[in-house]
Amino acid sequence: MAGSTTQVEPPLALLAELTHRCPLRCPYCSNPTALEGRSAELPTEAWLDVMAQAGRLGALQVHISGGEPAARRDLEALVQGARAAGLYTNLITSGLLLDRARLQRLKDAGLDHVQLSVQDSEPVGADRIAGLDGAHARKLEIAAAVRATGLPLTLNAVVHRRNIAHVPDLIALALTLDAARLEVAHAQYYGWGLANRAALMPTRAQLEAATAEVDAARARLKGRLVIDYVTPDYYARRPKACMGGWARRFMVVAPDGAILPCHAARTIPGLEFPNVRSTTLADAWSHGDAFVRFRGTDWMQEPCRSCDRREVDWGGCRCQALAIAGDADAVDPACALSPLHEALVALAERESAGAPPPYRYRGSDA
Amino acid sequence: MSAPLSADSRPALVAHARLQRDTARERWVVQAPERLFVLDEVAHAVLSRCSGTASVAQIAAELGAEFDAPVEEIRGDVLALLQDLADKGIVRDQPA
Repeated sequence: MAGSTTQVEPPLALLAELTHRCPLRCPYCSNPTALEGRSAELPTEAWLDVMAQAGRLGALQVHISGGEPAARRDLEALVQGARAAGLYTNLITSGLLLDRARLQRLKDAGLDHVQLSVQDSEPVGADRIAGLDGAHARKLEIAAAVRATGLPLTLNAVVHRRNIAHVPDLIALALTLDAARLEVAHAQYYGWGLANRAALMPTRAQLEAATAEVDAARARLKGRLVIDYVTPDYYARRPKACMGGWARRFMVVAPDGAILPCHAARTIPGLEFPNVRSTTLADAWSHGDAFVRFRGTDWMQEPCRSCDRREVDWGGCRCQALAIAGDADAVDPACALSPLHEALVALAERESAGAPPPYRYRGSDA
Repeated sequence: MSAPLSADSRPALVAHARLQRDTARERWVVQAPERLFVLDEVAHAVLSRCSGTASVAQIAAELGAEFDAPVEEIRGDVLALLQDLADKGIVRDQPA
């Protein structure tokens, strides 16, 4: 530590989006609305190099995600490479392309943890929003196979207006499936989620009931089930520290090799993203235009610039500022200090009170 | 809620938690999904002994010798630290 102000702390975690291919069609998918096809994906050797670079750079964890990462037949090799790089290796999966034998191979390759998504606590609603009949039943089988293999399990459930009343059932399901952790994440409104906002947005009363259920379960199940809870920030007073602050903790590598500060960053026009085919992760992290652009507090306008929470929430989410305020440099409209906040809350209240429109399902893979 | 830890408990890290040296930042950490626990010297000394075979009382005795401190005091500190980590789902009591 030379005390230089240009010294940048290395990232803690890499999000490796191996592919956009996925058998599910969830209308809140975090992938971009323009999906990459198989032909654009990085080859095995390039991903292995990304893992090794991430470890050398100081990252401690890798979240191997997609799309459905098991759509990559080299998944086992990539897990092995991640562990060799010293990374805590977490597989974020729909489960649909896994079976007991493959889970065993992944465990043998050094996989630390499996995070399995479920779309609801019961099959009718789950299969409807996943856009695939039989998906839920298959996921229950895979959850059992994960535990039978001895791999630790997190259950991840995105909640929205049509399943939010099932939060107690999702907690019970996590216990039944012997998960050590449950993520209850309200749908986030970027990309596909933004296109489906009215079909997803809960009422404030629904949100408050779910939050109370989570709070009570956390106390009741302390030491038995860890529950992480991601709130929907349209109803919040202060924005979330998106990604723990822009280019502070996470870096993302997209299926085509683009290096991003956040998986939705490509929605922001005018940013240039380096690619692992021509730039090292270290160089991208320290000097990449897209990383430097919103890192820290120098870029901030008022009310963020003089706010005493500027290093708590880091101005919230840039993609949401762009989507709602039309300006990626603006304060996140989820913040009550934004001039757009009241309109945002009114929008959420209006959309959640109306009849839900049909889903606009995520496009099928290219 | 699971039973609280006692001096007879034999603590171990849960399967999904990994004790690891963070060489880039010169510190010890425990990794878990979406979680990182940064350990100070004492916490590392405790957790590196949590094998599921040593009891809390034995761990406290070892630390008392290593840090030249009264065992009764250390036992309370060790128990509080481990109970906190148990509540966070990182440490469990190894069944006898």
